[in-house]
Amino acid sequence: MSNLQPRLREQDPGASRHTLSVLVENKPGVLVRAAGLFSRRGFNIDSLAVGPTEHEEISRMTIVVNCADHPLEQVTKQLNKLINVLKIVELEPAVSVQRELLLVKVRADAESRSRVLETVALFRAKVVDVAQDAVTVEATGNRDKLDALIRVLEPFGIKELVQSGMVALGRGSKSITDRALRPLDRAAAGAGQ
Amino acid sequence: MTDQTTTTGGPRAGPAGAERQGHGPSPRDLAARAAAREAAPGPRPDRPAAPGAEPSPTAPVQITGAQALVAALERLGVDVVFGIPGGAILPAYDPLFDSRAVRHILVRHEQGAGHAAVGYAQVTGRPGVCMATSGPGATNLVTPLADAYMDSVPVVAITGQVPSALIGTDGFQEADIAGITLPITKHNFLVTDADDIARTLAEAFHVASTGRPGPVLVDIAKDALQAKTTFRWPVPFDLPGYHPVTRPHSRQVREAARMMAAAQRPVLYVGGGVIKAAASKELLALAELTGMPVVTTLMARGGFPSSHPQNLGMPGMHGTVAAVGALQKADLLVALGARFDDRVTGKLDSFAPGAAVVHADIDPAEISKNRRADVPIVGDCREVITELLAAVQAEQEAGHRADLAAWWSQLDAWRNTYPLGYSQPEDGSLAPQYVIERIGKLAGPDAVYVAGVGQHQMWAAQFISHEHPGHWLNSGGLGTMGYAVPAAMGAKVGRPDAAVWAIDGDGCFQMTNQELATCTVEGIPVKIAIINNGNLGMVRQWQTLFYNQRYSHTDLDRTGPVPDGTTGAAPLGTRIPDFVKLAEAYGCVGLRCEDAASVDAVIEEAMKIDDRPVVIDFIVHRDAMVWPMVAAGTSNDDISVARDMAPDWDVTE
Repeated sequence: MSNLQPRLREQDPGASRHTLSVLVENKPGVLVRAAGLFSRRGFNIDSLAVGPTEHEEISRMTIVVNCADHPLEQVTKQLNKLINVLKIVELEPAVSVQRELLLVKVRADAESRSRVLETVALFRAKVVDVAQDAVTVEATGNRDKLDALIRVLEPFGIKELVQSGMVALGRGSKSITDRALRPLDRAAAGAGQ
Repeated sequence: MTDQTTTTGGPRAGPAGAERQGHGPSPRDLAARAAAREAAPGPRPDRPAAPGAEPSPTAPVQITGAQALVAALERLGVDVVFGIPGGAILPAYDPLFDSRAVRHILVRHEQGAGHAAVGYAQVTGRPGVCMATSGPGATNLVTPLADAYMDSVPVVAITGQVPSALIGTDGFQEADIAGITLPITKHNFLVTDADDIARTLAEAFHVASTGRPGPVLVDIAKDALQAKTTFRWPVPFDLPGYHPVTRPHSRQVREAARMMAAAQRPVLYVGGGVIKAAASKELLALAELTGMPVVTTLMARGGFPSSHPQNLGMPGMHGTVAAVGALQKADLLVALGARFDDRVTGKLDSFAPGAAVVHADIDPAEISKNRRADVPIVGDCREVITELLAAVQAEQEAGHRADLAAWWSQLDAWRNTYPLGYSQPEDGSLAPQYVIERIGKLAGPDAVYVAGVGQHQMWAAQFISHEHPGHWLNSGGLGTMGYAVPAAMGAKVGRPDAAVWAIDGDGCFQMTNQELATCTVEGIPVKIAIINNGNLGMVRQWQTLFYNQRYSHTDLDRTGPVPDGTTGAAPLGTRIPDFVKLAEAYGCVGLRCEDAASVDAVIEEAMKIDDRPVVIDFIVHRDAMVWPMVAAGTSNDDISVARDMAPDWDVTE
C-alpha cells in the first residue's frame, strides 16, 4: 500500500502499524491541518479516512501510521495541540473492528467468469457491476483479507482498483464520542471573557 | 568619509523634528491613550465623519463587520496595531481612523509590522497586533509569523482577504494565507461572515496568549468587513478542543524534588518559558534554596541575573565552557521551559550522557521530543517552580540535601580557567565585542537590548549583563536576519520609558532598515548600533573554519574584480550604503565610530538624544570570531574555546 505522504524518515526499526481514531470539529480545513502535520513533522500516513459521526459538529478521522512507540507518542501530542482536535484514541486491533472497502474491476470473459465468481463467493465479496468482459467486485474486510483477495484475482487480470482508508470502532458498548462531547457542552454553556 | 572618527547627523531642527509635534502621538502619549480607552466612544472630533458613521456599540447594535473588528480590538485592550492598509483590508481602516483607544502605526513593510508586534509582545507580555491586506501584504507577514512561532511569542495578525465570492478564483491580490501559515501559526482562522468577527478575534487573542503562546492569524474576507452584524460583548468562545494545562501534577513535582535533593551534580537548565511565565522571582528563590548551578539559554537571558554567582552563562553552540561542561557532566538536568534545541544539545546522542532529566514545560509535545524525560512535568513554569520550591523545602526539612561543594569546585575551575573573552585586533581596528560590552555597561541593565542574527547576536548574548527578564529580545529559533530594527521599534512602543538599543549587523540592518522612517515619523526614538564588519560575519566565520577561507559571497563591500565589460561598479572597499547618510535621510541622528578610544563618547552622545532615533555605525574588525564554539553536528564535549583549542575538562583550581 502506498503512503499518502512522501517518505521523509527512514522507517524506525521498532515500527509497527497503529490505528488512531481522531475526533475533530467539523470545520473547513481540519483535514489539511491533520494531514499537513504528519508531513511537516516527518511522519508517514499509511491510510486516512474521514467522515461524519453521529454528532453533526464532530467528524472522525481514522489514521493508520506505521511507526515506533516514541514517534507515535510525539505525533499524538502534536495532533492534540491542533485546536480543532477534540480527542485521540489508539484502537488496538484485538479490541476493535477494523475495516477497509475495496472495489476492483477484474477481467472476466465468458470463459473465466465462473471462476472469478467462485473466488468472489469464497471471500464473501459481491459483484456490483457486470460488463461484457469484466466484473466489478466489492469487498470489505481487514487489510490481510483484501490483500489475499487481490492476490487471487490478479491472475485473471485486474483492470482497475480502488481502496478506502481503514475505518475502525472499538468493541463493546462504550463510545469515544460521548465523552468527547462533554467539553463541547461546557463551551456552549457560556465560556467567554 | 572624513578622518573624523565621529560624525554627528544634520541640524536637529530638520523637517521631521519640526513636524512631528503636530502629527502622531509620541510614545509617552500612549499611557494617556490607554487610560482614555474607557472614555466615551465615538468618532474622533479631529477627523471628518466616516461615511455612514454610527456611534461605537455598547449594547447589541447593528454595525459593520469592520466596526465590529475595531470594537473587539478596543475591548481586548489593544492599544497599538502595526500595519499597512490595502484593498481587501480597507474597510477595517475606516473605523480604525476614528478609534481613540487603538493607535495604528503605519510601517513601511509588512515584515516590519510583524516583527514590531513581536517586539511589543516580548516587552509587555501582551499579544502584539499587526495588520495587512490580502495577497502580498499577507505573505510579507510570513517571516515574522514563523519567527513568532519558533520563539512562542503571542502575536495576532489580521489580514484582509478578497471577497468570499472571489476566494479560490485567483482574484486580484488573492493568496491562501490561512493555508500558507498553517505550519507556522499556533492556529489560524478564515472569517467569511461578519457575525463571526468579534468572536474570532476574542478566540484569537485567547489562543495566542494562553498555554504555550504563539502567533494566530485571522484572515477576514472583505465582504464580511462590509456586511452588517450585531455586535455583542463579551462573546462566548467556541474552542471545544483547546484546554491548555497550567497546573503541574504534584506527584511528578515531588519526584523531581526528591531527585534534586539527591543529585551530586545537578544543573538548572533554564529556557525562555521562564520569561514567558514571568517566573524569574520564583526561579531565583529555587536556585538559591538548592544552591544548584543555572544555565540560561539564548531565549532565557535575563530570566536569571547574569551577575548571579550561580549563573554559569549560556549553554550551547556559543555557550561558556562552564555552562556546556556543566550539562555534559551533570547527573541531573532540571529543564524549565527549555526545549533541548539542537543549538543547545549539539549532537543529541552525546548530550549530557550521565544525566537524568526532569523536564517541565507547558507544551506536552516538547517533553521527550528530543531527549527522553525521566520525570515529565506539564505545567506553567511559574506554577511548577512554586510547587518545586515547596517540595524541595520539604525534602530539606527531612534532612535530604546533597553536598554540592565538589561540583562547584569543578564548575569554578572551568569558569575561572575558561572565562568568556576576546582579543583586540592587532591592527588597531575596533573589536566588535568591545563595542557591545561598552553599550551594555553604559546603557545598563534597565535598557532593552534587541539583537539581529549572527555574530553580533551571540556577542550581545555573551557580553551584555542581562539582569532582568524581558530586556533581551532576539530571534532565537528562526534566526531571522532583519529582526532587530522593527522589533526594537515595537519594544520602544511597548516600553516608551525604557532605552531600547538594537544591536544589529550591517547585513541584518539592510534587510529591514526602512522602519527607521516609521520610527522618525511616529516618534519612536530607538537606538541602533550597527556592528559593521562589512560582511555576513557568521557565515564568514564558518567559511574561515570549515570552507578553507573561501569567502564566497559574504563580503558586502566589493573586494574582487568585476567581470569584463561591467561598468559603474563601485571602487574596491567602498562602503555601500553610507549608514550615517542613510540615517540622516531617515530623519535619524547618524554617528560613526572607528576606534576604541571614542566608543564611550559616541555611546554617551547617543544616550543623550531622546527626541529622534539614533544610528551608530561602528566600523569593526571583520575577522573577529565568536568563541567558544561547538561545531554544528558535533558533540558538546568537543567545544573549542578558540580556534583549535579544546578545554581541559580535568582542570582544577
